[in-house]
Amino acid sequence: MAIFQQLGSRTLAFFQRLGRANIFLWAVLCGMPGLIFRLRLLIQQVFSVGVLSLVIIVVAGLFVGMVLGLQGYYTLVDFGAEDSLGVMVALSLVRELGPVVAGLLFAGRAGSALTAEIGLMKATEQLSGMEMMAVDPIKRIIAPRFLAGVLSMPLLAAIFSALGVMGGYLAGVGLLGVDEGAFWSQMRSSVDFNDDIMSGIIKSIVFGAVVTWIAVFEGYDAVPTSEGVSRATTRTVVHASLAVLGLDFLLTALMFGEV
Amino acid sequence: MANTKNNLVEARGLTFQFGSRTIFDGIDLDLQRGKVTAIMGPSGTGKTTLLRLIGGQIRPTAGTLHVDGQNVPGLSRRDLFELRKRMGMLFQSGALLTDLSVFDNVAFPLREHSGLPETMVRDLVLMKLEAVGLRGAQRLMPSELSGGMARRVALARAIALDPMMIMYDEPFTGQDPISMGVLVKLIRNLNEVLGLTSIIVSHDVAETAAIADYIYVLSQGKVVGHGTPHELHQSESEWVRQFMNGAPDGPVPFHYPAADYAAELLSREGS
Amino acid sequence: MQNTRLVEISVGIFVAAGIAAFFMLGLKVSNFNAFSDVDGYEVRAQFENIGGLKVLSSVSVGGVKIGRVTSIAFDQEDYEAVVTMAIDPQYNRLPMDTSASIFTSGLLGEQYVGFEPGGEEAFLQEGDTIFLTQSAIVLEQVIGQFMFSKASEGAGE
Repeated sequence: MAIFQQLGSRTLAFFQRLGRANIFLWAVLCGMPGLIFRLRLLIQQVFSVGVLSLVIIVVAGLFVGMVLGLQGYYTLVDFGAEDSLGVMVALSLVRELGPVVAGLLFAGRAGSALTAEIGLMKATEQLSGMEMMAVDPIKRIIAPRFLAGVLSMPLLAAIFSALGVMGGYLAGVGLLGVDEGAFWSQMRSSVDFNDDIMSGIIKSIVFGAVVTWIAVFEGYDAVPTSEGVSRATTRTVVHASLAVLGLDFLLTALMFGEV
Repeated sequence: MANTKNNLVEARGLTFQFGSRTIFDGIDLDLQRGKVTAIMGPSGTGKTTLLRLIGGQIRPTAGTLHVDGQNVPGLSRRDLFELRKRMGMLFQSGALLTDLSVFDNVAFPLREHSGLPETMVRDLVLMKLEAVGLRGAQRLMPSELSGGMARRVALARAIALDPMMIMYDEPFTGQDPISMGVLVKLIRNLNEVLGLTSIIVSHDVAETAAIADYIYVLSQGKVVGHGTPHELHQSESEWVRQFMNGAPDGPVPFHYPAADYAAELLSREGS
Repeated sequence: MQNTRLVEISVGIFVAAGIAAFFMLGLKVSNFNAFSDVDGYEVRAQFENIGGLKVLSSVSVGGVKIGRVTSIAFDQEDYEAVVTMAIDPQYNRLPMDTSASIFTSGLLGEQYVGFEPGGEEAFLQEGDTIFLTQSAIVLEQVIGQFMFSKASEGAGE
């Protein structure tokens, strides 16, 4: 009996949170237009969300690309198709790995930082204090962070993919001696701008929005104690990562499925 | 009741429930303009909650709460924000924005609301900081301040927009004697010089009694006593006297309700 | 303030890098642009069947790459594929009677255009057409023919 009761209250709590998250998102979106006059706030946030995530994105991008180059080569060379290495590296990066891995790293780096920052502001009564100064913290604190996340994510994913291709080039052409011309020409003839690159960009925008939404909501909704904030941070990383992977499946099915 | 014009804050039958817990159970308050009124009571009686109710951050379950003639729970968001511009609040932690310097913290409400040119903002900020004696600390970040200094900066920020009232949330908690003395002096002086109405929420009896004109003592959701500090010390209520004098035992028992001591010692269960 | 300046500069660099990466993906990785970096003089050839030849496939003589396929079209008059190739200007001494064939590199590899130089004195120039061509070998057809001939051999006995 107790199990069912708990199940029921868990389910209700889940829907309540989902509802709160959506109401919150609506409030954030309503705070967006005001940002046009507060570009400085936005720039500050693009810095802490985007620029500070850059190092991990650059390093990860290069290495993922190099690993793809090596692994791809050893697989393809068995079929005498190592000339297709460029295609393999580029397609896996722009379609999948770029947005997804960048999204996961973004959730870990920027998402957790956002939750912790906002959660701490809540715990130290800064948000409350702002409200008492007649400043809406959703407009002043949350909205610029959310927009910065949505804007930064596609840029980070593009940088990740581009560096990944460079990494694949370094490993394939530089180390393993794949023909440079074949690498680029096969890549270029097989990668389609609209189908592959644009869909990767769309994915990354969706991931950016969802990860940032989860991060700022978890921070804003955190229990205002140190324990509450650390839990919220963990939840952000877990939920945001799962959301990225789940949405990736959905978006892939939608975009690359039967058209 | 008393002359409404003279009361800045007026609560009637104010009830607030949090979940199944009743925090306030129909309390009446009259806070006079230009006076320092203290709300006292043991920890956990929802004194801070009262400040949040006055500031309109939470809504009461029942009752009315008028601030300067406006019923706070019934205000629209826009009107509430307008009202808050005329209220200052000093949080227990100071609630300074950690990513802004002392100067920018004090300038924050001015930049958000006044629309004044930056040179005037600067003059005003320096004036407010001078008033709390921290003009020299304007370039420091909040993390570099001691607790007492942070509270003074927060005080400067609270008076930046020249409000009609200031609410102090536990201003003396965790302060060393010197900072405490400074704060007591500041609160009293600001009240007189700026003609403010001050509300202090505290359980530090001595300091609060030293500056308050009128004290409300709350316990378990009710007003158990009110009057001037002198009156309260002479209160007929045993409870109020225990609180005001800080006696360890009295109507508030020293022991948490428990089973019979001897019986529990002798029993072996649960060990 | 120095600090905000630094923030703004780094944000600027970040956005520029992101856009640059986007363009690199668009221009270098995908087939987005018609104006690729292939330059040189253009030569055309008609084939009955080009198999799996694609734009940007390479053009080589004796195994040395000398250019790329820039466009592929179908001529509705002759019912043949028209392949336009850009040849590196340094290889400007290819005879007029050079023949073009479509080969496959390896059994499953990429298809490319191979030139076989002739003996004429005049050289190929911008806009010229190669007339001697040999179509791609389509593996399915070869296998089909082979099987068919084997089958008919078997039936003849």
